[in-house]
This record gives sequence, structure tokens and C-alpha cells, in this order.
Amino acid sequence: MQSLHETENVFIKNGVMVVEKMDIIVCVKHVPDTAEAEVTIDPSGRDIKKEGLPFDINEWDNYAIEEALLLKEKHGGKVTVITVGPEEYNETLRKCLAKGADEAIRLYDESFKGSDGYTTAKILYSAIKNMKFDLILTGAMAGDDGYAQVGVTLAEMLGIPHASLVKKVEVKDGWVKVNRELEGGLEEVAEVKLPAVLAIQTGINEPRYVSIAGIRRAAKKEIKVLGLAELGLSKEEVGELGSPTRLERLFIPEVTKKVEFLTGDPSEVASKLANVLKEKGVL
Amino acid sequence: MVEVLVLAEHRKGELRDITFEMLTGARKICDKIGADLTVALLGFNVKEFAKELADYAKQVLIVEDERIKEFNSEAYQKILAKIIGERKPLLVMIGHTAIGMDLAPSLATSLNIPLTTDCIGLDFKDGKLYAIRQIYSGKVNAEITFKDAETYMVTIRSGAFQPEKPEPPMGGGIINIPSPLTDEDFAVKKFVEYVEEAKGEIDISAADIVVSVGRGIKDAKNIPLVEEFAKAVGGVLACSRPIVDKGWLPKDRQVGISGKTVKPKLYIAVGISGAFQHLAGIKGSGVIIAVNKDPKAPIFRVADYGIVDDLFKVIPVLKDKILELKGK
Repeated sequence: MQSLHETENVFIKNGVMVVEKMDIIVCVKHVPDTAEAEVTIDPSGRDIKKEGLPFDINEWDNYAIEEALLLKEKHGGKVTVITVGPEEYNETLRKCLAKGADEAIRLYDESFKGSDGYTTAKILYSAIKNMKFDLILTGAMAGDDGYAQVGVTLAEMLGIPHASLVKKVEVKDGWVKVNRELEGGLEEVAEVKLPAVLAIQTGINEPRYVSIAGIRRAAKKEIKVLGLAELGLSKEEVGELGSPTRLERLFIPEVTKKVEFLTGDPSEVASKLANVLKEKGVL
Repeated sequence: MVEVLVLAEHRKGELRDITFEMLTGARKICDKIGADLTVALLGFNVKEFAKELADYAKQVLIVEDERIKEFNSEAYQKILAKIIGERKPLLVMIGHTAIGMDLAPSLATSLNIPLTTDCIGLDFKDGKLYAIRQIYSGKVNAEITFKDAETYMVTIRSGAFQPEKPEPPMGGGIINIPSPLTDEDFAVKKFVEYVEEAKGEIDISAADIVVSVGRGIKDAKNIPLVEEFAKAVGGVLACSRPIVDKGWLPKDRQVGISGKTVKPKLYIAVGISGAFQHLAGIKGSGVIIAVNKDPKAPIFRVADYGIVDDLFKVIPVLKDKILELKGK
């Protein structure tokens, strides 16, 4: 009988092979922060004007990288961050390296432009299928296009299980126990067998800040860049050509309800508001 | 016959609103393109639901199995892949909910069906499907088209369609489909239990006046500013999601889809831009007042009165004015 040798990542418990050290891949995206910015449509009609907008790691991904680092601190192992995008995306990868990720990979080719959620997952899949991992974390969605699609699609392509909207993660004996956020303050506890993809919801942890020492350390690290050929993809499979859906045009939503703005200096506004509240009998 | 297939959503013994919203949206599409409306109901002991759904659809497909008493994406995917593969509907509609987000992307991928998510509008023009969805947290709408396919899939945002019962009821036929599930289908993913959030002392959903604080408050140490204002107007303090995510207020104060739905006489949103998840939780409010720096913030699309200014300047003055009035 062939004996199972315990390796760095695996040990035998009650005759069962158990993954202890975790190799974790975190998929991240570099997005414009539009929370407090005015959004305008660019001349192509298919994108917003991005000049002058601050860019940062997607908020959901920031919780995902934190969760990966917490798991690494608990179980040992390695955290690799991966993204699909042009050189500017290095900023988000560097941020993750500064927080404590071990390796960073950027997937990019000009032909990736216009990729939808499915095709973005396919590009990630073409890199990840050759990598060693126990767990993949993604953000549950991205703050820009908000498809909430990539993580679960990637899991299907890899043929592994998934859980979305994850608010709690506990790894034990080759399984991961998760809390999923449902509607109305309810959560669902589910168990998913590793390897798996978890799409992380905001609020799961308290993302750490980047330290100066971390930034210095990250600056020296290499970011591996993989293109179309290295990923074994063709131009027809990616971007708009390869995507089953297409963003045809953008438009500013119509205002259906007319708000009445109360204007003036704060004391004038306060008087106007007081009148409104009296009129409506709510005060 | 061309078919539109809607997945019924239910949890803890109740059909969820999204089901009736989708059925209403789907019915309009069916009327326009001359398609049959079919609803798929997966669960256990759900025959009563099937009767209810029969009023809304031409057919109700029901798959019962004790192992899917609770939603399980792996099991749902197997059943729906079989149904879609056999019936080849033109369009499949699933909620953009905790269920749909866990199911639709993998189901569509497994069947090689074009999918777009979180839609707020759908239309067929000249045989082509157009989906409208919001991006950049509601600041911009996007129109999505699809590569030609036999079947398309969309997930639908909660509240995108107003539910209407067809008159007369459609009296749909109920078709029982044997469960194709085996224990093997539960080998990698298992439902364990539901957990309710901890209940605090204050029930924001029962209050007549709710003052909510959002991201604009910048720091936990500024929250008392809004809390005192809430006290002055005689309301309770609530918040939007980012405040709970940061741990500045407990979850039971969160207004929105994943938190609480509120229907106060007066709702005052302070420093809240108005992500859809939040707006869905305040729909039934009487008067909505919003304070935000950005005049284009989505909150102003639902507000009755808006104040475009720095909350740190405005709120203390508003508070004093209200206290002064009350003192009289």
C-alpha cells in the first residue's frame, strides 16, 4: 500500500488527509471611487469619464484580502493576489502586498477591454487552473459595475464549490464553514468542501491599514504579468469579441420624483425645514 | 412555444416578494412577445405555494425533495440545468438576491447561457433582448445586449417591478417533476442552519421618526452629532450599511435589504448617498428628507426635500432650530 507522506501543507488526522496550511488566491479589482464624485459619461457613451477620480482597491476585495491574511496568520500558507487589468492596477496589487500578500499577478492584454463578468472569470480561470490553491476569495461584487458574478462563475469553471455573500469563515478538516448574508438581518450557515471559492461580503472583518514598512517591502516585490499567449487564450475568446454580453450604452437615470431643495445658509435652511415639518405635522 | 421561466424564491415557509415582482415583469414580456410564462418551484412541502403561483403563471413546475427544504445552490443548479436543458426557455429570470447571486452565475456558466445580473428593466425589441442595470452605485444606468443564443438568463433586482396579480388569475397547470437529486449532489455543500441577528433594545422598524447616518459622517467619533439631532426631532438613530460594516453601530440599526425595512412618518438621511440596497429599505416612508453634499446623489431621487450642504455645518443648526421650536 502506498503511504501518504505528510507534506508542508497536508497532514493526516484520523486517517484523513487534512489541509492545514492554506494557499489562498485573492482576486482583486482596481476601481474608481465614485461615492462622493459626480459621474459623467464619456464621448464613447459606453464608459464614464475617469480623469480625476480617485482609484483604489474595490471595497469588497479589501475585505477579501483581509480575510485571506487572517487565515494565513491562523493556519500558515501563502496569499497570492491576482487581477485583470492594465498597469495602473499595480497600485492595488502593491497595496495588497504591503498588507502582507506574498505574491502578485496581473493578467493583461489590450484585447481584454470590454470583457464582461463571464469573460473576466474566464481570464482568471486560465491563470488559476495552473496554480496550486486551497481557497480562492473574491469580493462579492465590485463597486463600479456591480455584476456580483465573477467569483461564482470562476468556481463553476474550476469545477469546485462556492459560497457568495460570505460574512464569516472557519476552516476545519478540509471544509470551510461559512455564514452567508441573507435578507432582513438573517444569515445562513453552510459548509463547503475545499478547494472552494468564497465571494466575500463587506463587514466580515476590519481591513488593516498599510504600514510604511509594508509599503517598502512591497515596493521590492515583483509583479508577475501574464498576457494572452501565456494564458493560452486567443483574441476571439476575450474582450468584447469573447463576451456573451455587451454594454451597449450608458445613460443618466431619469428623475421620476422631484425633490424640493431647501437652499440658503444653514439658518435659512433650518427655518425652511422647520416649516416643512410643521406643515406635514411630523413634529 | 416560446417560454419565459421564472424561479420562485421562498424561505422559512414564505414565498418571497421578488417572486411576484419577477412574475409581473415576466408577464409583460410574455404579453409583448407572445410567450408562455412558467414558474419553477423547488423545495419540500411547497404544494400550497404552487397553488398560489398558479394565479400568476401558465404553468407551475414543482420539484419536491426533502433535501432541498432549504436552498442549496448545487442542488438547485442540477435541477434547473435539467429543466432548462429540456424546455429551452427563451429567458430565465432569477432574483438578484442571496439565492440568485449564489446560483445564477454558475448555472448560466454550466449551460453556456449569456447572463447579465441585477437588472432593473427588460425589453425585447425586434427579437433582441435589452437589459437595463445600474452601475456606479446607481449614478449611471447601462443598457446590456446579448450574443444570439437559444436561452438568455437575467437576475432581477428586488423592487424593480411592482407586483400585480393578473385579473383574471391565470389558473396555471401544476406539473410535478420527479427530483433528479441523489446524496452525491450534497457532497460538497451543505446547509447547516439559519442565524438571526442579535436583537437590540430599539426596533427602528417600529419608530415614527428615523434619522439615519451614512458614510458622510467620516468617523465613529462624529456619530453623536447625528444621534443628538435624532433625539432633538424625537426619532431613533439608524444607519446605512457602511456604518455597520465599520462596526460603528450595531447591525440592528441598519436600514436596507440586508438589514431592516422602515416605514416611518419622517425619514431623515444624513450623509447617505443612497445605494439601492438602502433605498429599498425606506420605500414606504412618509416624508423623506436628505442631507448630502452631492446634489446628484441617488438619495435625492427618492427624497421629498433635499439639503445640499456639508452635514457638519447643517446638522448642528437644524438641531438648535428644532429644539428652539419645541421649547416654545
